[in-house]
Amino acid sequence: MRVGVVTFPGSLDDRDAARAVRVAGGEAVSLWHADPSLHDVEAVILPGGFSYGDYLRCGAIARFSPVMESIVAAAGDGLPVLGICNGFQVLCEAHLLPGALIRNDNRRFICKDQVLTIERTDTRWTSAYRPGQEIVIPIKNGEGGYVADQHTLDELEAEGRVIARYTLGNPNGSYRNIAGISNEAGNVVGLMPHPEHAVEALTGPGTDGLGFFMSLLGLAEAAA
Amino acid sequence: MSGPRVDTVPVAEQTPEQPQPFKELGLAADEYARVREILGRRPSSSELAIYSVMWSEHCSYKSSKVHLRQFGEKAPKTDALLVGMGENAGVVDVGDGWAVTFKIESHNHPSYVEPYQGAATGVGGIVRDILTMGARPIAVLDSLRFGPLEAHDTARVLPGVVAGVGGYGNCLGLPNIGGEVYFDDGYLGNPLVNALCVGVMRADSIKLAKADGPGNHVVLFGARTGGDGIGGASVLASATFDDAHQAKRPSVQVGDPFAEKVLIECCLEIFAADLVVGIQDLGAAGISCATTELAAAGTGGMDVQLDLVPLRDPTLAPEEILMSESQERMMAVVEPDKLDAFLDVCRKWEVLATVIGTVTDSGRLRMTWHGELIVDLPPKTAAHEGPVYERPIERPLDQDAVVEVDGRGLPRPVKPDELRHTLLRLLSTPDLADKSWITDQYDRYVMGNTVLAQPEDAGLIRLDESTARGVAVATDGNGRYTRLDPYAGAQLALAEAYRNVATTGARPIAVTNCLNFGSPEDPGVMWQFAEAVRGLADGCRTLGTPVTGGNVSFYNQTGSTAILPTPVIGVLGVIDDVAKRTRHAFRADGSPVFLLGDTRDEFGGSEWHGMHGFLGGRPPVVDFAREQVLADVLITAAAEGLLDAAHDLSEGGLAIALVEACLHGDTGVRVRLPEGADPFVALFSESAGRAIASVPRAHEQRFTELCAQRGLPHQRIGTVDLLMPEVAFEGLFTVSLRDLRAAWSSVLPRRFER
Repeated sequence: MRVGVVTFPGSLDDRDAARAVRVAGGEAVSLWHADPSLHDVEAVILPGGFSYGDYLRCGAIARFSPVMESIVAAAGDGLPVLGICNGFQVLCEAHLLPGALIRNDNRRFICKDQVLTIERTDTRWTSAYRPGQEIVIPIKNGEGGYVADQHTLDELEAEGRVIARYTLGNPNGSYRNIAGISNEAGNVVGLMPHPEHAVEALTGPGTDGLGFFMSLLGLAEAAA
Repeated sequence: MSGPRVDTVPVAEQTPEQPQPFKELGLAADEYARVREILGRRPSSSELAIYSVMWSEHCSYKSSKVHLRQFGEKAPKTDALLVGMGENAGVVDVGDGWAVTFKIESHNHPSYVEPYQGAATGVGGIVRDILTMGARPIAVLDSLRFGPLEAHDTARVLPGVVAGVGGYGNCLGLPNIGGEVYFDDGYLGNPLVNALCVGVMRADSIKLAKADGPGNHVVLFGARTGGDGIGGASVLASATFDDAHQAKRPSVQVGDPFAEKVLIECCLEIFAADLVVGIQDLGAAGISCATTELAAAGTGGMDVQLDLVPLRDPTLAPEEILMSESQERMMAVVEPDKLDAFLDVCRKWEVLATVIGTVTDSGRLRMTWHGELIVDLPPKTAAHEGPVYERPIERPLDQDAVVEVDGRGLPRPVKPDELRHTLLRLLSTPDLADKSWITDQYDRYVMGNTVLAQPEDAGLIRLDESTARGVAVATDGNGRYTRLDPYAGAQLALAEAYRNVATTGARPIAVTNCLNFGSPEDPGVMWQFAEAVRGLADGCRTLGTPVTGGNVSFYNQTGSTAILPTPVIGVLGVIDDVAKRTRHAFRADGSPVFLLGDTRDEFGGSEWHGMHGFLGGRPPVVDFAREQVLADVLITAAAEGLLDAAHDLSEGGLAIALVEACLHGDTGVRVRLPEGADPFVALFSESAGRAIASVPRAHEQRFTELCAQRGLPHQRIGTVDLLMPEVAFEGLFTVSLRDLRAAWSSVLPRRFER
């Protein structure tokens, strides 16, 4: 399966996301921000980092890049899209996901191993997990506090679109401990912590993050 | 449009008597006279700017040069060294065609004036040094020193520095894998911010800073030049602060890590396509440094049209452009037929690139400003032939007294509850307390090759996902030991960094150093410096690990009071298979715990003395032969898979090492101190050449055989206990992990989280 990984100027975890795809058994395809072509990929990952230096607002400039225009259109047609950290911010700025991510409540960048509970397992990115499964993956962000108005939050909860929540402590002040959400169709997922940094036991806290990438490949095979 | 009156070379020739502000620029009268002698006339103001920054202490090493030569003269023979001192950073061969470059550098004074930007641009500068060698930067470490934790100003400096180191490194996508933090009164007005960067490349693709080939283009690329950091090199890095330091605030450079990240990717693409003849980053002394050094190391001449330099502030005068330390800029020498390809790569990354000059064989660096000649000088005289001083050296008058008053009179804890109390108090001293409040602000995961990071003994990074090969790096430096005996202090720092690297299973092969001292004009400070350099050079020869590069930072003092002399030593080691690395936390239930090495009654410079506000006596004895044996056992045992965990013993001694191994592993340990040992000495002495190791029971025999074979003293002192969350010293006292953690982990958060 061909999985595109976008590189914006200032993307940092693009190589890690590509490695995670390969570890899971997929083929990682590099997508360049200025190139509108998606090169026939079957899914896209927007990686972590500081696209365009986080100038103006995290993700605010990246959403206007040529590649994003294609991704927004393809996401509407069901293309699986996973935004991690800065990628989540880009998805919110592009209005593929509701809400926004603001500065951590402690006002510091934080890098640590974080426990999450996977709540929804019928998305293209989470089907390899069990409902309620606790996983440990790194979190590393300065602006990871998920916020939205009450109505939106209630709607997310009611529709089961909170896909993961922080457990054992909320690292950044996210409302309702939300770590990740999906769109209504379930093909677009935004996640603040970094599953791509937990795919090799040697270089991460474990391999709990691999499930996101396995999910994508597993469902693709079932559909084929 | 040449703007208001530019001082040109012809004008200088016609007005030999015109007074010039050489003193304000930091040049001594005899240095100024020498510039006139070299040029055969008075310098133009642009030439004066160039000489003043290039001959500053920071750029010319004029006070340290005569001492630093020992690193070359005493260098051990090694095949590993591909590029030695003198280039932007040293390069070592790490096998399989891989080469690694690493270097540590200070950004002390700017970090006091403007903690965030000072620290951030310190990281940015050392990363560009590594990039300049043709390498992809793959990790950073930071070695920090601050005033007392409770001091008012520490609440300004420490959080700012930490946020700056993190802000820049995180945004560059470089994992921060280690370093250290210590506190002392002397650092209150003189915090130390030393940043180390490691880079990797193929051994056949090293790049050098030289402008070869007449007719080749000189290209300036990266950020525009602004007014920031003007005079930073000579004013900020070479002058002592006084009460008027606020006036110097604008001199600190401002960093833009996004611009640097893009510049890194752009350069790596340029290197991969082999598009440059030579390359130099712009750091201290900016364009002055890059042009003179490139020209001096290459064919010898260069013509530059200075008015072509893209500016952020169009009002800048040529002198200011020459001295500007605007960040995120590089200078490359490009052959004419490769220029288009070079500019294409820059365009792809949206990096501004401008041809500003040409390499010549004239032996002169000539610069024009809107057609008028403003600089015409032999580049070597600015880059390499600066003044060299044999500064007066004198052993400080109080040195004997400092050693003689050795703290024997301090009441030592004897009873079990006194020992227990001492342990808890030591654990909550700022030096020994948990540093995760700091290190949790650094991304250690990015790039996906971090095998070990803080709080491990050394950071360990896989070179690339295509190989199992990795490098370990540790930094160490103990100003307290060095104050008591600078020769031994530098060697102890070297020994500890060497030991830390070996503890992870990597074999130490090379050294970098950042020498932080007070004013070189103080003969006592100069004695400390000379002794420390001699100690380090001798130590490196004995250990067979050459110094590959480094940095000197003088004038770290307030009034006549210098900081503790603080040589920070970085050691780099290689491991063939990163999967065989040793971690420091206990993890396996029932594993025997061994104490390796000898423990003596050594408390000079110790944390226990520091806890009493005391500094005196002699530091621990250095025994490099023992360090080598210990390293050899740790490396061999790791390669054979004989270890569950190993942890170096240093500040705070055995007790602290055991507690750290337990707290990080969330395990307990039962310990029986060696028969007949004085419990206080056994627990808290800081004797060097020691480590603890936990060994799976199945390997106990093989491990003890290995130690015996190599002649390494080893004693089984305890057993890891997964079920009892406590550290138990049999017959003495027991402390729960909960109490230990409370004492240890709350110190920094309590101070910085209101």
